[in-house]
Amino acid sequence: MSLTLSVPAPLRDLADGQAAIELGDDPATVREALAALRAVFPAAYDRIVTERGELRPHINLFVEAEDIRYTGGLDTPLPPGSRLFILPSVSGG
Amino acid sequence: MPDTPAGLRAREGDILLLVGTTKGAFLLRSDPSRDGWEVDGPHFPGEEVYALALDQRAGRHALWAAPGNPFYGTTLRRSDDFGASWSNGEDRPVRFPEESELALKRIWQIRPGRPEDPERLFLGVEPSCLFESRDGGESWTPVGGFLYHEHRERWTPGAGGMCMHTILTDPAASERMLVAISTGGVYRTDDGGATWQARNQGVRAEFLPDKHPEFGQCVHKVAHHPSRPERLFLQNHWGLYRSDDWGDSWHDVANGVPSDFGFCMAVHPHDPETAYIVPLESDGFRCTPGASLRVYRTRDAGGSWEALTEGLPQHGAYETVLRDSLDVDSAAPAGVYFGTRSGKLYASSDEGDSWTLVRDGLPPVVCVKAAVLHAA
Repeated sequence: MSLTLSVPAPLRDLADGQAAIELGDDPATVREALAALRAVFPAAYDRIVTERGELRPHINLFVEAEDIRYTGGLDTPLPPGSRLFILPSVSGG
Repeated sequence: MPDTPAGLRAREGDILLLVGTTKGAFLLRSDPSRDGWEVDGPHFPGEEVYALALDQRAGRHALWAAPGNPFYGTTLRRSDDFGASWSNGEDRPVRFPEESELALKRIWQIRPGRPEDPERLFLGVEPSCLFESRDGGESWTPVGGFLYHEHRERWTPGAGGMCMHTILTDPAASERMLVAISTGGVYRTDDGGATWQARNQGVRAEFLPDKHPEFGQCVHKVAHHPSRPERLFLQNHWGLYRSDDWGDSWHDVANGVPSDFGFCMAVHPHDPETAYIVPLESDGFRCTPGASLRVYRTRDAGGSWEALTEGLPQHGAYETVLRDSLDVDSAAPAGVYFGTRSGKLYASSDEGDSWTLVRDGLPPVVCVKAAVLHAA
């Protein structure tokens, strides 16, 4: 079963204009899902993750309604068929 | 969202101003009279643009910009049609190698290399490092001698971040370069970037217990003239200095300025004795002294400084001009330009004797670059 990755508007140009991407091969964790994203849309991946492999400071990832900061970070498990959301913080001005 | 900018229709002899702000970049054009300005922008609306450059070597008209935001990071973009279109932000990635355990935060400086080497360009970035391209900006790698410098772990960020903001090349010697970082100080290489030596003798670090360390100074900007490259002017976090030996030694030239605190520094395009600064009251109150907006000019290499006030507000002007927000064009007489954190852009077409407010209401200005457009 695939995972659905929801893409925010500023990154859609880097993902063939898609608002949602189906990532197949049943990624087991957020880290695996991001690796799958990198394989198909490396530029979009680079806007989410730094060279150090860390989430950019103002980027939040949610599995369904849960912020992965509180569920294991990049090692958060992904139940089959779940949705992963990329959400920029409401910081800045 | 603002309208999409159309780009400038610029011709040979026009003056171009590249203005970076915290919410986008603006491009301005004037004919050689500099009596009026066409404004195009914002490019990259909503993104901070701390670094802009025009590369005119080898017949190019390449505009470079480094837009970024705290969410998705910084990219490097190029336009060959004066901003009508920009390259994709992913085409020319600027990345630290994984083993460095560093990640790019911001590009602070884009510097075309020597005219004799038109495929070479440099970037000064945060965290402090020098990146180099040898293929006209298509690919970028960090300069290893700087990336793995033994002092790196003891450099610390200033209020603006840990940035490399100054990159100077030597017209006479391709192997020599000088860079400045905040904090960290001035570093020079004489072997093409393989090794870098701290060059801060005489520059004080007011905020450290040891006021004259080998390195760790908070240098804000260094400038020089290509015809006399060994003579350097330095605006420090407290301190105004000159070196006549490529930074081997520095001496104080704060003669007659209201404060030796400030950020920006520019050298006259035709006279290596003439330089411009905009002093600020203090590090605790980073505004123009006495609420009076004054540019200071020396014509004797720092022996004395005169206040330039005609056309500038002398009352109620709590202004701040940041390190890269002052520049000169290469016309005769020279044009001088600066932008403020309050979004004002001023221009002088008579070497600073008088000033005109070109634009008000811009987002906070963090970068101003001026150039006379050469034939393609």
